[in-house]
Amino acid sequence: MSNVLDALLDSLRRLNHLTLRFMARAWRTFSFAAVILSLLLTPASYRGDNRVAIEKQLVAGTGQNVLWFTVLCSLVSLVLIRIVVVTAISYGLSRFALEMVVRVLVLELIPLTAAVFVALRCTLPDGVELAELRARGALDELARRGFDPVGREALPRVLAGVFLVWLLVAVTCVVSLLLAYFTIYGFTGSAFAGYTRVVGQVFSPAVSVILLLKTLFFSIAVSLIPISAALYDHVSNTLRGRSKAARELASMVRLFSVILLIEVISLVGNYY
Amino acid sequence: MNPQPPAETPPPPATADVVAPQNMHVQAALLLVLMVALVAGAALYVMYARGVFEATQRLVLVANDSEGIVIGSDLTFSGFPIGRVSRIELGADGNARMIVEVSSKDAHWLRSSSIFTLERGLVGNTRLRAYSGILTDPPLPDGATRDLLVGDASAEIPRLVATAKELIENLKALTAPQSSLDLSLGNIRTLTEKFGGRSGALGALLGDEKNADKILLALDRTNALLARVDALAGKADTQVFGPAGVMKDAQATVVQLNGLLADARASLKKVDAVLVEAQAVGANARAGTADLGALRAEVESSLRKVDHLVNEINRKWPFARDTELRLP
Repeated sequence: MSNVLDALLDSLRRLNHLTLRFMARAWRTFSFAAVILSLLLTPASYRGDNRVAIEKQLVAGTGQNVLWFTVLCSLVSLVLIRIVVVTAISYGLSRFALEMVVRVLVLELIPLTAAVFVALRCTLPDGVELAELRARGALDELARRGFDPVGREALPRVLAGVFLVWLLVAVTCVVSLLLAYFTIYGFTGSAFAGYTRVVGQVFSPAVSVILLLKTLFFSIAVSLIPISAALYDHVSNTLRGRSKAARELASMVRLFSVILLIEVISLVGNYY
Repeated sequence: MNPQPPAETPPPPATADVVAPQNMHVQAALLLVLMVALVAGAALYVMYARGVFEATQRLVLVANDSEGIVIGSDLTFSGFPIGRVSRIELGADGNARMIVEVSSKDAHWLRSSSIFTLERGLVGNTRLRAYSGILTDPPLPDGATRDLLVGDASAEIPRLVATAKELIENLKALTAPQSSLDLSLGNIRTLTEKFGGRSGALGALLGDEKNADKILLALDRTNALLARVDALAGKADTQVFGPAGVMKDAQATVVQLNGLLADARASLKKVDAVLVEAQAVGANARAGTADLGALRAEVESSLRKVDHLVNEINRKWPFARDTELRLP
């Protein structure tokens, strides 16, 4: 009996510990978001070397990524559009093909893919890079020399991540809409009125707002969580025993959990 | 929080890891402009697609059930969308009121005599359709209210199934082994067999071959009779229309009859004159009768005077009889 009670108490202690750790991490992320927001609203963050750092991060993060993501996304979109159109025609539902394509691609797949792409290509490596800088003591050195390490190193990376998600979503949505038009109607302009009408029906005010909010929260999540983990994980003692790869993996899993949560909430908002 | 470093301080080590591209300011500005243009363009396109920049006129459609209609549903005319539902509300009478914004450039298709239908298909959206039979009627005014005719395909299914079931039951009863149809077909088979028999259709009609034989015999005799009648007719022809036939005598008789008729016509004319005379005599007699009336009145007047005179004489005359009775 006492063994059972001990085991139960042990589980409760573990649960308590996990909950506290989760809440501490969430608190750290939110407090980091508050710091970033205050820096965003401070004009001094965009002056001098900070501005150069932001521009460097924007240009370096965007250049190749936009091109490759657009090419890959176009190819995948083309295949998906073709599949949806052929399936719809085979069931005699061709008039619903365009609406389905717009909903599946623009509303659901593209924002999610863009967020995952930016996380894997930019913000997670940025987080690793920042963690290495911190481990080397470069951030402490910066602070000693009178620079704000968050404003100098974290803010440009967060801004670059947010900007890249928005840019990728905007570019690939436009490209996918064009591809859908040309795949379904061919190279003619006469179907533009009907196409516009269907697009207008899909993008009701509620759906448009949900798309914007989803993109906004995706961009914030993929930018904040890895950088926040890189800057503050040393506070936690639990991860000290883990290897560097395990820490990065844990950060990635945390990020993908948040992305999944945002996606589920947006699906609930769109379809219920 | 973010103090400015002294001017002679070298750049911090961390950001130096990022390779600075050429014309970085311009590239960053271009990227920002690109993103803002894309987002703003997409927002404007969606607003255009939702009809924000379109001049519209309002139409209110009333139905007892708005199920399937959502904000943004199209109103079509001949398959072309000309308007979209902007609001759905419950009216004071419990009916659903659908406010439709019809684009002004397409509003001329809607006339005061137009009818509007709500169709629910088995697959796909509920559709609002407009039909204008007479395009010369006055245009539909802004803010007009019209009732929707509801055609629900799925609501017809239970009735259709019940009717189909009844039809199948009837068909089953019709095609059963001992059904009327089966018996009729058996009778037809018997009949066609009889048609193919010795007496053919006649035997089938009379039901018996003996009767058919009688009919055939009667036909033969009738044929013989007809031959005799034919010969008789030939003889009658000779006697009537032949050289010494009755026809010639008849013609002479007719000529004589014509003479007789002329004489009769002359006699009738004479009789007519006599009648005229008689009419004159009658007229005179009538005049005489009128004079007789006056004469008779005069005679009657004279007689009355004489009678009066006699009475006077009798009264005055001394030998008048005393007719009075005196009682003692």
